[in-house]
Amino acid sequence: MSSSQTPTSETPIVRMDKVNKHFGDLHVLKDIDLEIAPGEVVVIIGASGSGKSTLIRCVNGLEEFQYGHIEVDGNELLPNGKSAKALQTIRTEVGMVFQQFNLFPHLSVLDNVTLAPIKVRGTPRQQAVANARRLLERVGIADQADKSPTQLSGGQQQRVALARALTMEPRLMLFDEPTSALDPEMIGEVLDAMRELARDGMTMMIVTHEMGFAREVADRVIYIHGGQIVEQGPPGVVFDNPQHERTQSFLSRVLKH
Amino acid sequence: MDVTFDFNWAAALASLPHLLPGIPYTLLISFGGLAIGFLIGILFGLMRISPLAWLRIPAIAYIEIFRGTPVLVQVLFIFYGLPQLLGSPINALVAGIAAIAVNSGAYISEIVRGGVQSIERGQREAGLSLGLSRTQAFRYIIWPQALRRMIPPLGNQAIISIKDTSLFSVIGVGELVRQGQVYIATTFTALEVYLMVALLYLAITWSLSLILRLLERKGLVGQ
Repeated sequence: MSSSQTPTSETPIVRMDKVNKHFGDLHVLKDIDLEIAPGEVVVIIGASGSGKSTLIRCVNGLEEFQYGHIEVDGNELLPNGKSAKALQTIRTEVGMVFQQFNLFPHLSVLDNVTLAPIKVRGTPRQQAVANARRLLERVGIADQADKSPTQLSGGQQQRVALARALTMEPRLMLFDEPTSALDPEMIGEVLDAMRELARDGMTMMIVTHEMGFAREVADRVIYIHGGQIVEQGPPGVVFDNPQHERTQSFLSRVLKH
Repeated sequence: MDVTFDFNWAAALASLPHLLPGIPYTLLISFGGLAIGFLIGILFGLMRISPLAWLRIPAIAYIEIFRGTPVLVQVLFIFYGLPQLLGSPINALVAGIAAIAVNSGAYISEIVRGGVQSIERGQREAGLSLGLSRTQAFRYIIWPQALRRMIPPLGNQAIISIKDTSLFSVIGVGELVRQGQVYIATTFTALEVYLMVALLYLAITWSLSLILRLLERKGLVGQ
């Protein structure tokens, strides 16, 4: 897979340094230190409420953090959301796919994909449309371009969401439980599209419960518990020979069925 | 003793030509007021959901004051009260439009707030994650969806405001009820004339309902 591309000495595309986040009294992220290399596929696992979604949502500023420092492709995010300009730049360079797809129901599939390039980048409509059709083709839904997203199946909607994120030509893709809201028979088609993206060398941070997929695609697996990175390493090591007791008990619960 | 109601159809029909001139006034006050009320509603509805207290608090005050006082009192205040402050009289038509504007504006503010807040948080997040600014996310993603959801309650408010204009006969503006009163003063056919007045209101509000239902069927509303 993409493990051969894992760079060793390149400048990391994401650097998180002592990131701490509080929700009121709740300490959601504790001293997160994390570097992601270009082309790396990182899968983040952990129980619900462990902070794994919050962690990736901090990378594109959908969540603020209170202490520490995040750098994304040279743009610095400051605590408490005090970095409006950098945030805008980061968001155009970081794509995100959500659990609930979050397609825009009042726009056609095609307009969902062309909205950001036209409004943010000022791409001429014709060019944005051609690009959108190419991306929809790539995720296997070219023939649905003129439909409303509400007419599509969950799996199709999530592939549109992927195409929509890719249209901004992101340097990094975030996936927040992309298959958790899908019927079982549709999970495969979304994972296939993500697999292909990984194969093409996209840098990806993926929060998922799909352990088989993680083992196959990830360069690195990170286990989070209680807002802390407990263990990380190549999937072979984390899944087959976890060092930490918490990781062992989590995996024994998840992998049993 | 027999009580017999003697409904005079001829008198009812004869009143029509005297009532119809009231319709343009009723429509002008209603829709003129509602159009301004809609603009007020957008402004104050958005201020109402602002995280900034200096925007939010005046909006709350406005909504509470104009939703919590009768529209009749509002129009009397504008028509009889304000000239005392301004030192010059206010045209009755203008006073009527202004009263509908500030009154419906308060209700529409709440409709706007509800519509905008009903859009799932994920819609905004998806927009922001694509690099849209907060303003763009609002304009291209949240507002169009909110507007569709707002149309049924806006239609409801329009019907209420149209009926509210009947109160403005008290300031002498020549709307439907006023025309009826003037006519009755000479003919004493209250039963027939007020029935016709009621039917004319029904014709206006029912047409509006039909248009709204048509929009809904075409899928331009709701979701």
